[in-house]
Amino acid sequence: MSVLYLIIPIVILLVALAIWLFMWAVKSGQFEDMEGPAHRILLDDDLKSDDDKKQKPPE
Amino acid sequence: MNKNKINNCFHCGLPIPESASYSVVINNQSEPMCCRGCQAVAQAIVDNGLSAFYEQRTAISPKASEQIPDVLKQMELYDRADLQESFVEINEDAVREASLMLEGIVCSACVWLNEKHVNALPGVIEFYINYSTQRARLKWDDSQIHLSSILKAISEIGYIAHPYNPDHQEQIHRQERQRSLRRLFVAGIGMMQVMTYAVALYAGAYQNMEHTTKILFWWVSLLIATPVVLYAAQPFFISAWRDLKSRHLGMDVPVSLAIGGAFLASVWATLTQQGEVYFDSVSMFTFFLLTGRFLEMSARQRAGQAAEELMRLLPAFALRKVGNSEEMVPVSDLVVGDCVLIKPGDIVPVDGVVIDGSSSVDESLLTGESKPLRRVTGDMLVGGSLNVESPLLMNVEKVGEETVHASIVRLLDRAQTEKPEIARIADRVAGWFVAVLLVIATVVAWWWWKHAPEDAFWIVLATLVVTCPCALSLATPAAIAAATSTLTQLGVLTTRGHALETLSHVDQIIFDKTGTLTEGELHLEQVKVLHDTDEKNCLTIAGALEAWSEHPIAKVLSKNNSFQAASVTATAGKGVEGLVGNKLYRIGNYEFVAGFCAGRSEPEQDNTSNTLVYLGDEQNMLAVFVLSDSIRQGAQLALQAIRKLGIDVHLLSGDEIKTVTAVAQKLDIIHYKAGFLPEDKLSYMQGLQAKGHVVAMVGDGVNDAPVLAGAQVSLAMGGGTRLAHASADMILLSEKLQNLPESIHMAKRTLGIIRQNLTWAVLYNAIAIPLAVSGFIAPWMAALGMSASSLLVVLNALRLKKL
Repeated sequence: MSVLYLIIPIVILLVALAIWLFMWAVKSGQFEDMEGPAHRILLDDDLKSDDDKKQKPPE
Repeated sequence: MNKNKINNCFHCGLPIPESASYSVVINNQSEPMCCRGCQAVAQAIVDNGLSAFYEQRTAISPKASEQIPDVLKQMELYDRADLQESFVEINEDAVREASLMLEGIVCSACVWLNEKHVNALPGVIEFYINYSTQRARLKWDDSQIHLSSILKAISEIGYIAHPYNPDHQEQIHRQERQRSLRRLFVAGIGMMQVMTYAVALYAGAYQNMEHTTKILFWWVSLLIATPVVLYAAQPFFISAWRDLKSRHLGMDVPVSLAIGGAFLASVWATLTQQGEVYFDSVSMFTFFLLTGRFLEMSARQRAGQAAEELMRLLPAFALRKVGNSEEMVPVSDLVVGDCVLIKPGDIVPVDGVVIDGSSSVDESLLTGESKPLRRVTGDMLVGGSLNVESPLLMNVEKVGEETVHASIVRLLDRAQTEKPEIARIADRVAGWFVAVLLVIATVVAWWWWKHAPEDAFWIVLATLVVTCPCALSLATPAAIAAATSTLTQLGVLTTRGHALETLSHVDQIIFDKTGTLTEGELHLEQVKVLHDTDEKNCLTIAGALEAWSEHPIAKVLSKNNSFQAASVTATAGKGVEGLVGNKLYRIGNYEFVAGFCAGRSEPEQDNTSNTLVYLGDEQNMLAVFVLSDSIRQGAQLALQAIRKLGIDVHLLSGDEIKTVTAVAQKLDIIHYKAGFLPEDKLSYMQGLQAKGHVVAMVGDGVNDAPVLAGAQVSLAMGGGTRLAHASADMILLSEKLQNLPESIHMAKRTLGIIRQNLTWAVLYNAIAIPLAVSGFIAPWMAALGMSASSLLVVLNALRLKKL
């Protein structure tokens, strides 16, 4: 079972990393707006090409 | 794509008057527009290469009003340094930051449009709109662009942005949310990790796990559970400590005792390498409790963004008249005795008396009165009401804290702090339970210490663990969390934990009228043709005339404006006169029209709440339009269902008696009162409460806010004001009144489940405690029993997920 002595520290390191990542995410405001990005990503994809086909004003 | 493309404005979807010839080329196709405002906005969107907005939007845009030079000039005031002080943060150099509130956002494409447009402006460093709150964060370089230019750019594409001061409360909310998220995550990850080792340990117990491996797992579990207990569970300890200091035993005391006790015992077991560890139970318990609290907090915060919203009822600037000149000043600079000019469409900034002019004023936001009221020289004006028709000159009488507006806010504050007793009863019962538990534990410890000191610690621990109020303290929150999420799917948002429990006890419901039982808007109910003409013709003439009036009644009739009227004159409070197709017509109240027709007819008899509008030409009265605020669909059925549950229905309204009676009769409501001010409503409700009734209040307006806050349980309509939302315990987002009886039913079921859970928890304790006390239960059995009983409680609660 000596492999445990290797695996357990690795797991604990991973957990520490996950917690650190999450703390960073909270701090940088990733959880402030839970709906926006879902819509934004779809719109940006569809609409990007629009910038260069500018319309002419009428009359 | 758009079914009514030919007749309706491409931008706002409203019908296009026949005479209008506005259009904009969008995606190589000429699209019709209803007015110059919409045309300008659509043109600005196209010119900025953002026309894809029209393909992506999922809701029709609000009608764009034409840019009024005055409003644009007003925006420039936001550039003044003394004004910026309150809402702008100045970073290094010329970089500034401000928060904006946006009006007119209806779908995700609006967010995209605004972000694209503003971010493209030179000098704007960052502009980000929070989708859920519809607030924006703006960062700009003041040396390149001024705030007013950014605000103007936003209004160019048809939205209105107000800078606001993200007050203290909002920052506290944000911090609170971030802290809870961190705690939740630490508890969650910790729980998963510790559980892995716990499974191995349980399995190992049967498969003869080596002692060293077992001890290793204990140490690892200890390492992981420590942050869970010391960091994630901190709020329980803090609030338990607060409870103890105020000599009151709340639910947090046994919770902390269980978490702290089980953790310390496990640490002791690990250090001495004997006994049992409970790290898994501790982490799981912490995580479940934190989840419940987090959900409750999020819902409460979402509903509670009211403070600035209410302040927004008041304008930031007022037009002060000094001698013969006018100057724009911040409202905070106004003093008693100042002379203020209020233009039509403006909001009255402070309380005062009319000294010149006459107009109708819409006070619906403050008093609930649905129709605009006449205000002439000498009449009082209340800050926050809207001037509808013509300019008024007002002498300022009250400012700041003394205004009616401010007093409503204070009334609300007071009522909110006087929350009902029922919510605290559960806590008190728990207090007793804990006290008894502690006494038992002490007695057990003392007895065993005398008779078998070597077993004393483990037996006391088993007693504490087995009696751990986990099941007891999860019984209520688990059921409430499950019921809340089911109700949310129905469109009923629960914002305070006690709401469901209280709702199930309700025996009296008070309804507000305008906007709650009724739609809150006037509709054309009937056209009575009085002379030799047809309905359609009358409507066309009325539409043409009323298109010129700003009066809310006019807006109902001006929907059919396919004709254009000429030389129109509007008389405030009376009606409109004008030429349609070379013939002179008048539309308005009876006296106004009768004073013009040669062959007059008698006024219509109408004892209902309806508003009557007459139309006539120079010879004859042509028609009467009957307008009414129609009763919400399903109100009748909903009220029937509520009565079937044995609940009395009351109707309290600020409206006139005629209107209220009509609505009450239609809906078979016996108890109704009219002309009630917020104070009257509050005291009426307190009268009911004094008789021992449990009262629910359903309302929607600012005027209802104090009553909503004072009722044992309150529900706000989804379309109501933010303030009403903030003071309500539940929000009917769906606006369907039928959901109300369903919610009550759900609340009753929830209470049933809670009772079952509590019975189970008590029963379990009643069996387990004697066994534990007499030393028959080993700590590991205690832990298993505790987990099993908690699990049972949670699973039982999950039955509420089904409707």
